[in-house]
Amino acid sequence: MPSPAFHAPDTVEGAVALLSGDPTARPLSGGTDLIVQMRSGRIAPSAVVDLKRIASLSGVRREGDAFVIGAATPCTALKNDADLCAAWPGVVEAANLIGSVQVRNRATMAGNLCNASPAADSVPALVAAGASCVVAGPAGMREVAVQDIPVSPGRTSLASGEFVVEFRLPVRGTRAADAYLRSIPRTEMDIAVVGVGANIELDADGTCTAASIALGAVAPTVVLVEAAGAALVGTRLEDDALASMVEAVTAACAPIDDKRGTVAYRKAMAGVLAKRTVQIAAQRAGAKA
Amino acid sequence: MNRIHVNSTVNGDATQFLCDPGASLLDVLRDTLHLTGSKEGCGSGDCGACTVELDGEMVCSCLVLAAEAEGRTVATIEGVAEGSVLHPVQQKFLEHAALQCGFCTPGFIVAAKSLLDRNPNPTETEVRYWLAGNLCRCTGYDKIVRAVMDAAAELRQERTPA
Amino acid sequence: MNAPDKIQTFRHVGTRPVRPDGVDKVTGKALYGTDFKAPGMLWGAILRSPHPHARIVSIDTRAAEKLSGVKAVATGKDLPTLESLVMHVGEGASDIVDISHNCLAFDKVLYEGHAVAAVAAITPEIAREAAALIAVDYEVLPHVLGLDEALADDAPLIREPAEGRSEEKPSNVAMEVTMGKGDVEAALAGAAAVVKGHYTMEPVHQGYIEPHACVASWNADGQAQIWCSSQGHFMIRSLTASVLAMAQSDIRVMPLEIGGGFGGKTTVYLEPVAMILSRKSGRPVRLGMSREDVFRATGPAPGAVIDVRLGAEADGTLVAAEVIFKYHSGAFAANDAGAGVASAVGHYRIANTRLSGIQVLCNRPAAKAYRSPGAPQVNFAVESAIDELAIKLGMDPLELRLRNAARPGDLQTSGLPWGEIGWVQCLEAAKAHPHWSAPLGPNQGRGIAGGYWGNFGGPSTVNLSVAEDGTFTVATGSPDIGGSRASMAIMAAEVLEVPYEQVRCIVADTASIGVSFVTVGSRTTFATGMATVEAARDVKRLMCERAARTWQVADENVEWREGHAVCIAGEKQGEKMSAAQIAGSSLHSGGPIAVTSALSAKGWLPGFGFHICDVEVDPETGHVAVVRYTAVQDVGRAIHADYVEGQIQGGVAQGIGWALNETYIYNKDGKLENPGFLDYRMPVASDMPMIDTVMVEVPNPEHPYGVKGVGEVPIVPPLAAVANAVHAATGKRMRSLPMSPDKVHAALHGDR
Repeated sequence: MPSPAFHAPDTVEGAVALLSGDPTARPLSGGTDLIVQMRSGRIAPSAVVDLKRIASLSGVRREGDAFVIGAATPCTALKNDADLCAAWPGVVEAANLIGSVQVRNRATMAGNLCNASPAADSVPALVAAGASCVVAGPAGMREVAVQDIPVSPGRTSLASGEFVVEFRLPVRGTRAADAYLRSIPRTEMDIAVVGVGANIELDADGTCTAASIALGAVAPTVVLVEAAGAALVGTRLEDDALASMVEAVTAACAPIDDKRGTVAYRKAMAGVLAKRTVQIAAQRAGAKA
Repeated sequence: MNRIHVNSTVNGDATQFLCDPGASLLDVLRDTLHLTGSKEGCGSGDCGACTVELDGEMVCSCLVLAAEAEGRTVATIEGVAEGSVLHPVQQKFLEHAALQCGFCTPGFIVAAKSLLDRNPNPTETEVRYWLAGNLCRCTGYDKIVRAVMDAAAELRQERTPA
Repeated sequence: MNAPDKIQTFRHVGTRPVRPDGVDKVTGKALYGTDFKAPGMLWGAILRSPHPHARIVSIDTRAAEKLSGVKAVATGKDLPTLESLVMHVGEGASDIVDISHNCLAFDKVLYEGHAVAAVAAITPEIAREAAALIAVDYEVLPHVLGLDEALADDAPLIREPAEGRSEEKPSNVAMEVTMGKGDVEAALAGAAAVVKGHYTMEPVHQGYIEPHACVASWNADGQAQIWCSSQGHFMIRSLTASVLAMAQSDIRVMPLEIGGGFGGKTTVYLEPVAMILSRKSGRPVRLGMSREDVFRATGPAPGAVIDVRLGAEADGTLVAAEVIFKYHSGAFAANDAGAGVASAVGHYRIANTRLSGIQVLCNRPAAKAYRSPGAPQVNFAVESAIDELAIKLGMDPLELRLRNAARPGDLQTSGLPWGEIGWVQCLEAAKAHPHWSAPLGPNQGRGIAGGYWGNFGGPSTVNLSVAEDGTFTVATGSPDIGGSRASMAIMAAEVLEVPYEQVRCIVADTASIGVSFVTVGSRTTFATGMATVEAARDVKRLMCERAARTWQVADENVEWREGHAVCIAGEKQGEKMSAAQIAGSSLHSGGPIAVTSALSAKGWLPGFGFHICDVEVDPETGHVAVVRYTAVQDVGRAIHADYVEGQIQGGVAQGIGWALNETYIYNKDGKLENPGFLDYRMPVASDMPMIDTVMVEVPNPEHPYGVKGVGEVPIVPPLAAVANAVHAATGKRMRSLPMSPDKVHAALHGDR
């Protein structure tokens, strides 16, 4: 197990050059997955390219009608941006359920996404939010929907030499909010058995005008359940609308039995959490009126 | 493999070391700098026994590459007391018997100090969630939580002008 | 709780001073197993089996040996061939052949993670690389993990019968223990109410945060030093010497601070291997385990399958109990069944009992002691059944326990009478506690359970020496896991009537003090404490004699009062000498003042605990939150009250973890799926409430300060207390641990 080379470029171009020149090189942002995998011997990259010295990759900023979140921004830093927290409370809380405070001071949403675990906490929230990410690579920059990055457990659609540089979320006004909940046996320090992100918009009289529901850990990748969102649009989230939504959610689940949960439990929890998540998001959206 | 030359500040002192590119900050602290107060309980960020502050934020030093410490400041358990004067968190751990075997204690003290530096008046629930990344198998956490709450009270008193 | 004539007033006993090793531990200075380095030290690495059961056809170490920086390679062939010898130096008995074969597999690997070969190199990276270069040719054998599967007729045999032995059909049963009295079937047939239940659980780990580690240095003259953390450095010495067939006096074991053990550090895994590597390389060698190694290759507590039947008369009098159980033994014989049988129902008066347990060999790491080893599993079944019986009888479950509670003079399972036990006092204290009558919220339920652990005494040696300035040093041979140095200093200061700070306590190495048994069985404050008290009394007597000699008066005219020798008669009456004055002039009064107390402590008494647990169950998700917990325990007498409370709180937290989420998860290939803290799921701070402790003090008349062991009892009742609370909250009886959210959900909603 020879040690990898270590690089810390200070430009995106420099990182692209290092990563595209070496197919087994791996980008490092928080390292909370990468370093564990390296130390356990599961992966043996020839080089590690630390992205944290690239100034534009750290921090949250506004560009026109978008929040731009640098790929190397640790999860806890998201909480320092009051506007982001007000607009996307579900995304921020999902990112801040990963691991412990120690872990979140290092871990990033980009790492969470590119680790491509179906149980990643921040991904259902980002998918429900309709977030996109900007990817840099040998062919330049491209913008991709977050849900198109993971393709199967541990694999992404990123080409050799490509890496995520930032996330983009719309700046939005009142009567819209999101939420994220997960099921874990403990209260902290756990991997989601099921995770649900919900993003809701209401009109002035409380009718749902848009809804997205995304599920984690019930399929090989995060699932955006369009039928679940559709079941809520045009309703005032009455019990029967919620029941239809839960039905759509349950139907979209294709989980496996593993050490963290059973098929039956995961299906049941997806429904329970979807209902709770929608209610929290709607309550937040209503409260913003 | 060529070793990397790293300059950083450890517990206030300018420190240079050579490290293997794959070495963790914890490896270097313990085996190169002989600061063995930070412990390795898991090597995967799940127990918090290796908690240190990196540029003022607490992290698991097992999940940081030593090479990343270039130009950064590292604060370990060895730097928590000022000379021979214990920090109130350390003093309260002793007074409340908030340790049994003591192996997790350095990580808890660094984490608790980090909390109180940010939140001088945490609730019991805030203390418990902040410390959820630090495993203790001996105490059941009861006396640890009490020690941290009591240290917070003492620090608030110290900070209030008489 | 004591009768007035038994009330003693104390200067130090029961107080809460800062422990002598405290500052070292809050500043990071304390040296644990993984912290020690020897000059010129090499780094070791161990190659472990990927298979749960396989024959080792060959091991090719040539590539590893050729790697630059590698200084030694070892396999099982480097260990001497030993004759079977059962040793009693750890917790329970172990055959030295088993211990040797567990350190390095000989001809077969018996569980995933079984050590196969080891290397020592100049860096840890080279050592790991070299270990990976060792090529092992395995003939994979069928494996078996489950208790019932391992007992099937066609199950693979873990241990092949010795050649030429023509005993009964070989099986995986490693041990069988049966006790009982009366006629259980007749009593059950005549009982007004009978309950029965089938209870199951997988193994759980002790979960200490410090992984095993040691440094060994074995010189050309045959003498060696070992630095390690363990629950008993004399155990390390005797087991390592026996595995290596060398003299014990040629090994000096230096005890380092121990980062938790709970029974799991009562044997050797690494030390004999590090010794072999040191002998081969001529240099000190460090060996350490990763967290994965700890989970895969060190002893968990056994999982269990338990069948219980209980019968009672209409007034609640228990008339019959049958407890039949199987415990995992793992790859080698383990010891938990005996304690399981002895502690199953001994806390009740029951005329007819049949108690039987077996240990079953299987392809898992050998089970090791875990805090009250063997007791929590059966207690979970029995105390759940008692709860069920109370419901069936329409009785208050606390009153049912009180009606049947064993009292001093009643017979234990062993047939011996109970001594001064405080079980009834615990039940009465719980009844009077505000928790017992507090209102509950929605989805909440309250459960109770009680149990006990027998505790132990045994061999301990203490040196007590007086410095020239009249301060005192207590040296023990007992590793201090949870504050015992403070307790020893308290007891010595109590006898000597001096300030606590005037007495310092250290843990001495195997060459510096006499043999002391492992820190197990909640024995240290009792047994080593007894030796400390005896030594302090001897020192006190010696100091009085020195004062008498100085004053030239008869010995009987001098007494020790308030930390001074005082002349109580004759012309020197009223004169006083301090310890400093006596010690400072000891050169002229007979030489240095120091004593050794070496004893095998007898008269230990069990501890009894009674727990009240409130849970809140989310009916939609099955999540169980423990929202309030009170643990009542007869502690004999608390020497250092903080550390007694701490033992109770820690044991409860471990019990709650066992009840709710902790469990070993093996896949069908016999590989452990959750060998890390993320998926093993021990409680974190946000999972726990404060744990209220009530120390009931029914002093042990056989100990100078009334000590009973306290450390192990508190893990016995929580499994049933939580399960009974879940039943109270949901109406569902959980008979399989852990009561994880998916299982509770399945019970509530009928998932498949």
